[in-house]
Amino acid sequence: MIEVRDLTKAYSTTLAVDHISFTVRKGEVLGFLGPNGAGKTTTLRIITGYLLPDEGTVTVDGYDVLSQPLQVKQRIGYLPEDNPLYLEMKVREYLDFVAEARGLTGARKRDAIDRVLHLTNLEDKYRKTIETLSKGYRQRVGLAQALIHDPPILLLDEPTSGLDPTQIVEIRNLIRELGREKTVMLSTHILPEVQATTSRVIIINRGRIAASGTLDELLQKASEGEVIHLELRNPPQEVEPVLQSQPWIESFHRIAEEDGAYRWTLRGPEGKDIREDLYRLAVEQGWTLRELWRERATLEEVFLNLTTEEATA
Amino acid sequence: MRGTWTVFKKEFREFFTSPTGYIYLVVFLVLTQWLFFRGFFVIGQASVRGYFSLLPWVFLLFIPAITMRAWAEERRNGTLEILMTLPLRDPEILAGKFLAGFAFVVLSLLLTLTLPISVSLIGNLDWGQVVASYLGALFLAGAYLSIGLFASAISANQIVAFLLGAVFVFFFFLLGMDWVLATFPPGVAAVLQYFGLGYHFESIARGVLDLRDILYYLSVMAVFLYLNLRSMEVWRIGG
Ligand SMILES: Nc1ncnc2c1ncn2[C@@H]1O[C@H](COP(=O)(O)OP(=O)(O)O)[C@@H](O)[C@H]1O
Ligand SMILES: [Mg+2]
Repeated sequence: MIEVRDLTKAYSTTLAVDHISFTVRKGEVLGFLGPNGAGKTTTLRIITGYLLPDEGTVTVDGYDVLSQPLQVKQRIGYLPEDNPLYLEMKVREYLDFVAEARGLTGARKRDAIDRVLHLTNLEDKYRKTIETLSKGYRQRVGLAQALIHDPPILLLDEPTSGLDPTQIVEIRNLIRELGREKTVMLSTHILPEVQATTSRVIIINRGRIAASGTLDELLQKASEGEVIHLELRNPPQEVEPVLQSQPWIESFHRIAEEDGAYRWTLRGPEGKDIREDLYRLAVEQGWTLRELWRERATLEEVFLNLTTEEATA
Repeated sequence: MRGTWTVFKKEFREFFTSPTGYIYLVVFLVLTQWLFFRGFFVIGQASVRGYFSLLPWVFLLFIPAITMRAWAEERRNGTLEILMTLPLRDPEILAGKFLAGFAFVVLSLLLTLTLPISVSLIGNLDWGQVVASYLGALFLAGAYLSIGLFASAISANQIVAFLLGAVFVFFFFLLGMDWVLATFPPGVAAVLQYFGLGYHFESIARGVLDLRDILYYLSVMAVFLYLNLRSMEVWRIGG
């Protein structure tokens, strides 16, 4: 449904998104999880056509966001971060405006407005000025706006931030309900949020995808001890016997071969960082070292930086 | 088209969701009536000429006040993200904002029609001149609006947008003034004069509608609306 390939976006001084690729499948509720500043909002803004990428492509339902932005926008319902609203408008006027901008007129418009008012439980706030509504109600107005054209895809950027616990539960129930028939991508820096709402999680950190899978898988992976990634130019028949004979390498797996280079994941003894030993080994053996990095550090670090408390605002 | 109409309605309604729009109208009317009757009684002429020759000065503050919120507030409140992720094209959005401002000016000018009407009751009024002057005022307003919108597009808040808009307009207005031109060599002065907003309005205020003046105002609008579209592209890049 959403295909993101090699997406890169830099602001004047920061590289916000760094060559990320992922797919959101039709019908799934995907959690886009990462600490503040990870690049979640930037990614969503590119998918919705609000920002242009520096590099990479985004296609939504087969339409490229750069060449066919209107097609993409028609298929997406979007709740931006911090839920911006035209505060001086009445709920009715605002939904009217959004519905018309989405091409709904006459009876279809009225039906659409009735439907989202019902869905978001806003029927009795219809005539109110948005400014006078509580934060929770405003969030529902934001959701109603995103749902007005009954889009197949829903992008929600931190949809419960700033709400109190009761409101959080309400919004999450609504998201779960919507997730039954829509493709949903939900960004959050709050761990329990993905637990409560999503089926699959992509973890983003410092503009890169750190991991993806079900939350349980990821938590498991984060606690399994560190994994070192090693990439060498040298063939396995030359490398693997040497790795085998090192007492400080507990295990290794070859995971990829690309352009004549090979990649392994390795584990050291519990609690020991074996990167330096590996470096020395490579030098000793005269191997051509292409990459050497520790995976758990990122995933664990990500989890440490996530908010695990509800309703911090 | 549909997008332009939708944005137009939203923008036009916004003028009247707070007292601001009404205050603008009242101030504009009081000011124009005062200017008019001052000229009327001092010169003792059944003419709207004096009033029209002062209109560029009134517009200098009136129109940047109309346009100052247009982009600056959307950007400050974050609603720009809503607007620009709706399935609307940039030119449609811009046209909606421009036309809403224009409609507000048309409304203001319509309310000043009491002036020529009351003059015509007292003395002989050259209606041809009046019509020409009103048309000219609309072109002048269009040019000011495009400048004011651009100022709002590049300003962080509405106060800056207002000041910047007034300064831009003032600058273009000054270019055509005799006492400014006198400080330049004649060749340069002639060129500068052509770029002056006020210079082109002088003949219009006399009731002469010249194609060259109209072309001038249309090109000012084209240039600043184009710059405004470019600003929208810059926002998409993240600037
Ligand atoms: N408009 C901007 N101008 C400059 N830097 C920005 C802008 N928006 C975001 N950033 C930076 O880009 C990085 C990613 O931000 P963002 O996408 O908002 O992350 P998240 O939504 O995950 O918190 C951060 O370092 C942030 O400071
Ligand atoms: Mg964010």
